[in-house]
Amino acid sequence: MPLAPAITDIEQLKSHPAVARIHAWNAAAIQVVKFDRDEMTIVVDRSTIREVCALLKEDSACPFNFLSDVTCVDWYPAEPRFEVVYHLLSIPKKERVRLKVRLNSSSPNVDSLTSLWSGANYFEREVFDLFGVRFAGHPYLRRIMMPEDWEGHPLRKDYPVEGYR
Amino acid sequence: MAHMTPTPVLEPGQDRTMILNMGPQHPSTHGVLRVLLEIDGETVVRLMPDIGYLHTGIEKTCEAKFYQQVVPLTDRIDYLCPMTNNLCYVLAVEKLLGLEIPPKAQWLRVLFNELTRINSHLVWLGTHAMDIGALTVFLYCFREREEILKFFEAVSGQRMMTSYFRVGGVALEPPLGLFDRIRDFAGYFPEKVDEYENLLTGNPIWGMRTKGVAKMTAEDAIALGATGPTLRGSGVDIDLRRDMPYSSYEKFQFKVPVSQEGDVFARYMCRVQELRESIGIVRQALDGMPDGPSKANAPNVVLPDREKMKTQMESLIYHFKIITEGFAVPAGEVYQAVESPRGEMGYYIVSDGTAKPYRVHMRSACFANLQTLAKMCEGHLLADVVAAIGSIDIVLGEIDR
Repeated sequence: MPLAPAITDIEQLKSHPAVARIHAWNAAAIQVVKFDRDEMTIVVDRSTIREVCALLKEDSACPFNFLSDVTCVDWYPAEPRFEVVYHLLSIPKKERVRLKVRLNSSSPNVDSLTSLWSGANYFEREVFDLFGVRFAGHPYLRRIMMPEDWEGHPLRKDYPVEGYR
Repeated sequence: MAHMTPTPVLEPGQDRTMILNMGPQHPSTHGVLRVLLEIDGETVVRLMPDIGYLHTGIEKTCEAKFYQQVVPLTDRIDYLCPMTNNLCYVLAVEKLLGLEIPPKAQWLRVLFNELTRINSHLVWLGTHAMDIGALTVFLYCFREREEILKFFEAVSGQRMMTSYFRVGGVALEPPLGLFDRIRDFAGYFPEKVDEYENLLTGNPIWGMRTKGVAKMTAEDAIALGATGPTLRGSGVDIDLRRDMPYSSYEKFQFKVPVSQEGDVFARYMCRVQELRESIGIVRQALDGMPDGPSKANAPNVVLPDREKMKTQMESLIYHFKIITEGFAVPAGEVYQAVESPRGEMGYYIVSDGTAKPYRVHMRSACFANLQTLAKMCEGHLLADVVAAIGSIDIVLGEIDR
């Protein structure tokens, strides 16, 4: 089966519950939408990520009540450098959506989601540890995988695969 | 290394708490989990897991490998269910490529995925029971697990690090006579599950150690990101095999066991019933095994058969190119989740159009499930911490990656 081209026109994607909900709330919060390989990606403004998640979590028609995953992609040397990626799942409707925020390398900060889902705790600590992205409002933002005195963030693209010797 | 300082004594006459270190070399922490416990007498006041002792940077290593070279790395994440990790990874890459997989390969994947689930649950059951003090079950479980490992060896040449599923299909056709052996096993395995249940389910000591212990509500489980039997033991009815099917799971009939109590016993019952459901799926997969090729028709992605490679020039060129240059994957990103024995195993792969993945992230079920431990144990007895750790079925390789 050949790949269908990605859809990026927001007008065509408004039938998706998450897009419709965010668009109705604040159309300016959506930076990019993309429907590719049967997966919906919404890039939102970084200052709105907490409100967007709260909105989707409490949506009565299709509540995205489960935070599957939080991770990050480093696009070094491009700017904005970091993309923090959230995967939400709606347990009642069996629907997934991917949210993203883009962060500059000068201030890799974003609001923490721990107040919405306490399970975001470990995921955000992992992103902090391996990418150096800071989550404002996180209760215990410490290294989780690497030793506490480790220097650098290993999953950044400018960190060599073999490490520093 | 994480630190914990005792809560200061505020009122005169109040008992002072103490900090107890458990692990990382503790037999009931299933590997190298370290747990910091603040205890007031026998009661746990605060609990903090400390992980990272097994961190090997697999996600970073993946970025330096070709797509097909990542498959053996996925085995090593969760060494108790290698095939589930293989499956999740290859499904994600196939989704990126837009590759169609022949039915026989899909059926084989389901068959071995369910055998892996049984394998993993048997190790869990044996060690969990041993933690709580029922030593015999361990020997019984490993007796049956040995048979499954022999099937893995027959089909892939390896007992644990199988790497059997490849992008575009499976590595090899199963050897002749293997399906009959698996059918024999599927015939007698339910009696063996009865045997385990005879030892545990009605056993009053087992009941006292597990019923009402380490309780968790459905709301807490969802908020903490728990999945799999840890979530279903709290009464949330979700199983990705049924609800968001992949690899032809929609063509199989099975029930999803759910318990409402949310305690150690509920999670135990979920997994034991899953053993029975899984062996049912194994039987269905054997009965309905379609004929046809077990690899997709995509010569620039799938390695040719050895025979063709040795006799046909074109196959030899494809073989050489795949081995030396890999295969380019169209740019894009996918998140593929499967129901592993422990919960939602997800692979998020970003491709930049080259032959090496730009980013591979594994959403591991145990990593999220481990967060429930504090909720389960705080305010309860110290001895129940061991039961709680066993009941969430952790594999540290998967947590630390």
